Formats: sequence, C-alpha cells, structure tokens
Amino acid sequence: MPTMILKRLAMAIPSLIGVVIVTFLLTRALPGDPAAYFAGPAATPQAIQEVRVKLGLDRPLIEQFGSYVLDLVHGNLGTSLTTGQPVAQELRNRLPASAELTLLGLLVSIVIAVPLGILAATKPNSLLDHACRVVSTAGVSLPVFFTGLILVYVFYYLLGWAPAPLGRLDVFFTEPPHVTGFYLIDSLIARDPETFLAALKQLILPALTLAIFSLAPIARMTRASMLAVLSSDFVRTARASGLSSFTVIITYAFRNAMLPVITTLGMVFSFLLGANVLVEKVFAWPGIGSYAVEALLASDFAPVQGFVLTMAVMYVMLNLLIDVLYGVVDPRVRLDA
Amino acid sequence: MTDIAAAPPRESALAALYKHSRYIIGENPVTGFAFALFVLIVLAAILGPHIVPYDPLQSDTTQALKPPSAHHWFGTDQIGRDVFSRVVVATRLDFFIAVASVVLVFLMGGLAGVAAGFFGGWTDRIVGRIADTIMAFPLFVLAMGIVAALGNTVQNIIIATAIVNFPLYARIARSEANIRREAGFVEAARLSGNSDWRILAFQILPNVFPILVVQMSLTMGYAILNAAGLSFIGLGVRPPTPEWGIMVAEGAAFMVAGEWWNAFFPGAALMVAVFCFNLLGDGLRDMVDPRRRT
Repeated sequence: MPTMILKRLAMAIPSLIGVVIVTFLLTRALPGDPAAYFAGPAATPQAIQEVRVKLGLDRPLIEQFGSYVLDLVHGNLGTSLTTGQPVAQELRNRLPASAELTLLGLLVSIVIAVPLGILAATKPNSLLDHACRVVSTAGVSLPVFFTGLILVYVFYYLLGWAPAPLGRLDVFFTEPPHVTGFYLIDSLIARDPETFLAALKQLILPALTLAIFSLAPIARMTRASMLAVLSSDFVRTARASGLSSFTVIITYAFRNAMLPVITTLGMVFSFLLGANVLVEKVFAWPGIGSYAVEALLASDFAPVQGFVLTMAVMYVMLNLLIDVLYGVVDPRVRLDA
Repeated sequence: MTDIAAAPPRESALAALYKHSRYIIGENPVTGFAFALFVLIVLAAILGPHIVPYDPLQSDTTQALKPPSAHHWFGTDQIGRDVFSRVVVATRLDFFIAVASVVLVFLMGGLAGVAAGFFGGWTDRIVGRIADTIMAFPLFVLAMGIVAALGNTVQNIIIATAIVNFPLYARIARSEANIRREAGFVEAARLSGNSDWRILAFQILPNVFPILVVQMSLTMGYAILNAAGLSFIGLGVRPPTPEWGIMVAEGAAFMVAGEWWNAFFPGAALMVAVFCFNLLGDGLRDMVDPRRRT
C-alpha cells in the first residue's frame, strides 16, 4: 500500500509541473504590456519601467519562470491590486468557506444519487428507473446558477423557509471560534447549537444546488455499474446459495460496483469546483470563487492567477486521493501497482 | 434453371441515410422531439431579430418590471425592455458561441488527436501531455483563467470553451485513429504508394469524422453552459447585449425580491437548449454507433 501511494504521488508531479507552467503562461498572455497593466492606468512611463524591473519583466522568460516558482515555494502568490493584501493569505482565509460548501454538496449528492442508482439498477425499466434517468438528464441540463436562483425564489421568497442568500451566517450571529474554519464543525466544538443551526440553514440551499448539479454522473454510473455487477456469475451464485437479496446487493454487488463510481468522482470534482464559483456568486458566499470573480471584474490579475493555481493543485490532490481510495476499496489495484 | 435473384434496387446514400434517420426517430420519439426543438432554436437564431415584437434594446421606463402579460409575454425588465424579445434575440449569440467553439475544438482536438494516433511517437506524447495538463484543471476554472488572461471578449470565450474541451476530442480522435492505423484498407493504401499524409487525409479522417461529429453534438450543451456561466460571472458579453447568461445575472437581484420573470425565462431558454442538444447528441450517437446505446 505505501509503495502504491508513493508511486501515485510521483505520477502527480508532472501534472503539478504542467499546472504551474500554465498558470505562469496565463499571466504572460495578458493583452498589452503587463508592466503597464500592473502599474495602473495613471502610471508614468518611468513608473511603468520601475514596475517592469520590480516584477522582473525585463529579464528572459525562463528567469522569470524561475523566480515565479521560487515565490510559489515560499507560499507567495503576489499581492492583490485592489485590496493590497497578499493573495495567499486571502485565499487561505476564504478556502474553508468554499471547502465546506463543496464537500457538503458532494455529500448530499452521494447520499441521494447512490441509493437512487442502486434502486434503479435492481428494478430496471421500473418507474423508479425512469425517474432516475429523467433526474439525471435534467440535472446535467440545468445551468447551476439557474437552479440556485430557482431554489432561492421558492424557498426564500415564496415559502420563507430559507434565510436570505447572503453569505455564511446571518448578521445576528457571530462566527464560532476558529478551529477548522468549517462553521458546522467549529460551532459543534464550541457547543453552540444555535450557531450550528444558523450556519446549516445558510448552507442548505447552496449545497443542494451543487448536489443537484453533480447528482447525474454519480447516479448514472452507480446504476450502470450495479447493472453490470448484478448480472455477473458470483452474484448469481450468491443468490443461488440462498442469501437474502439485501446481503447480495449490498455486501456482494455494491462493493464491486463502487469502483467505477469512485472513478467518476474525479470528473464530478472537476464540475463541482467550477460550479462552486457560480454558486458562490448566486449566494454571495465569501469563498475563493467569489474572491476570484471580484478580482476578475476589477482586472486584478494576481488573485485570479492564485485562484486558478489553488483550484488546480486541489484538483490534482483530490484525484490522488481518489486513486488511493480506489486502492483501499479494491485490493487488485494494489497488486498491479 | 436457376433464376439469379434480382439484385435489390440500389438506394442512393442520401436516401439510405434518410430512411435510417426515420427509423431511428420512429424508434425513439424523444430524438424526434429533440430534433424539432433544434430546428426551432436554429430558426430563432436566424430569424430572431426580424420576428420579435419589440426592439431588444429599447427601454421604456413606464413599463419597467411588469409581470408577463398579453403585451409582454415574458414581462419586462428593470428598464422596461421586453424580456421575450431579448430571450429570442439572444439565441443567435448563444448558439453562435456554442457552434463556433465546438467547430474550433473539432479542428484543434480532432486533427491533433488523429495525428497523435496515426503517427504515435513524439506527436502522440506531446498531444497527450497537453491534454493531460488541461485535464489537471477543473475545466470551468481554467476557462475563467484563459478569458482573464486573453481579455474579456466573446471571441476569447469561444477560444476558452474550445480549449477546455480539447482533451475530450483529442483522446477520442487518437484512439479511433490508432485502431485504424494497421487496418487492412490503410495497409492497402500504403502498399499502393500513398504517402502518410495522403492516407491520413483520405483514409483515416473520413472514418473518424462521424464519431467526432457525434461528439460535437454531445458537447454543444456543455459549450453553451460553459459560455453562459462565464457571462453570468461578468466575462465576455457586455450589457446591454442580450445573452442568456448575462440576462440571468441581471435578473438575479430581482428574483430574490419576487420579480422572477426577469431571470427565469432566459434561464429556462438556456435549459431547454442544453436539454435539446444533449438529447440530440444521444440520438445521433445511437445512429452512428448503436452499440453504445444506454
């Protein structure tokens, strides 16, 4: 197992190098002169020249890349033009908000999609199966920002069940003492059930929006792989041996059917991390996505670059985690590695 | 006396395709429905500006934020523009962005992938590495970064959407070209003295083409979603240009206050378009490759 993890880690390195090169090249592709751009609109030619030297833009590209990598190693992602704050620090402060939202969204999605897929597979062509197909086709067709708005309209404006879509916590509550940065967990640690409930209320709609969006691939894959496993010989043998259908489906079939589902999670994360940006905008969520969007609109490039890099690194790491998880679930993968 | 059975009358390729399509549509009415929707969308894209009842940019503050009525089917927005007219006129831009980006990625990814699969070696390694690097990013995030870097224009939205779809096309084209590399007809062409490039252009490409066309219709939905998402966060299309993503963004604030029609109709149009492309893509795939039917 440890060798497999190490090997997989080594395989992630080229991806990381590629990610760093691309994010570096993205800044160089800025239209016009980056120095003039970073110096601001009112800068004199002399000031622009100063900025050029300060940013090292007068040096050869490869040297610039070297210093970019060196900065990254020191955890320096540059400074935001509009706020004057270091990008790395801002991203670190906002990351828990995004992570809490994305993970809860994924959790809700799995909790709904996996049982739906299993039930659809055990009764193919039943009403439930058709429902599963409709839900998953509709899920991929819905623009995630549109789903979010509809949920807000129905549950906030019409029914009044949900709080206003304005951030992580109602203004009447103070945020729980910082431990993990996840309000749900921190409020539990602080033994503050009221804050927990308030945070949960704010989270439900955005998380549900993300869940509806990511439901489709998980449900489809669960159904397809359960169907394949259920028609295999060992399931027939288990059935013939008189095991209850629950044991057959859950203990025998499900564990084997999970493998392709775990593989799909990689793709689901790619969608989720992107959709996260849109959902954060709809719900005024103070995460890294809305930080990047604000910076984008202000033509403030350092935060955008830092954001793209952070997202990509997280995505590479998540894929790594998924592969390791794969090895835990399926011992055969460990032998092959 | 043996009677040689008369050869069945030969159908032209076009007639055969027509017959086959009718069979598929008859088999799966959903595809027929999707095709009808598609025709409607194309008509709206072509005729849109000529058939709408109001000028999509004409504001009329006395009519601001009116709910849907007989005069304004989809209501009016905050400065009194007719939402129905705007939604219909926006079809052209959204459809154009999707088609353009899909054609672009078809050219980039398809050609790169076919070359990679056919030549192997270094070409394959370079194309594979580029595709892997793009895949290392969450796609929407990469598209944001590209638009931010290249500049905030519609053209760059098209380019960004094409780039994030590149790995998909390159991989499919690569594997399809690769399995045909040693095929009999390719060997025959080679033995009769055709150059590699000639084989690539006249033997491999025509065979990979239909599979990529199916892929194009399958990714159209994603392309439209991606582009609308980018304009929703304020990239690319600028107001007051009618475009579905930006209209939803502009209507979002009113939705919270109960004026739902402003954001609902453009969002619904977007949803219907994506739904139609996805269904159509599935239908086309059934036509070209019945084995992958699910």
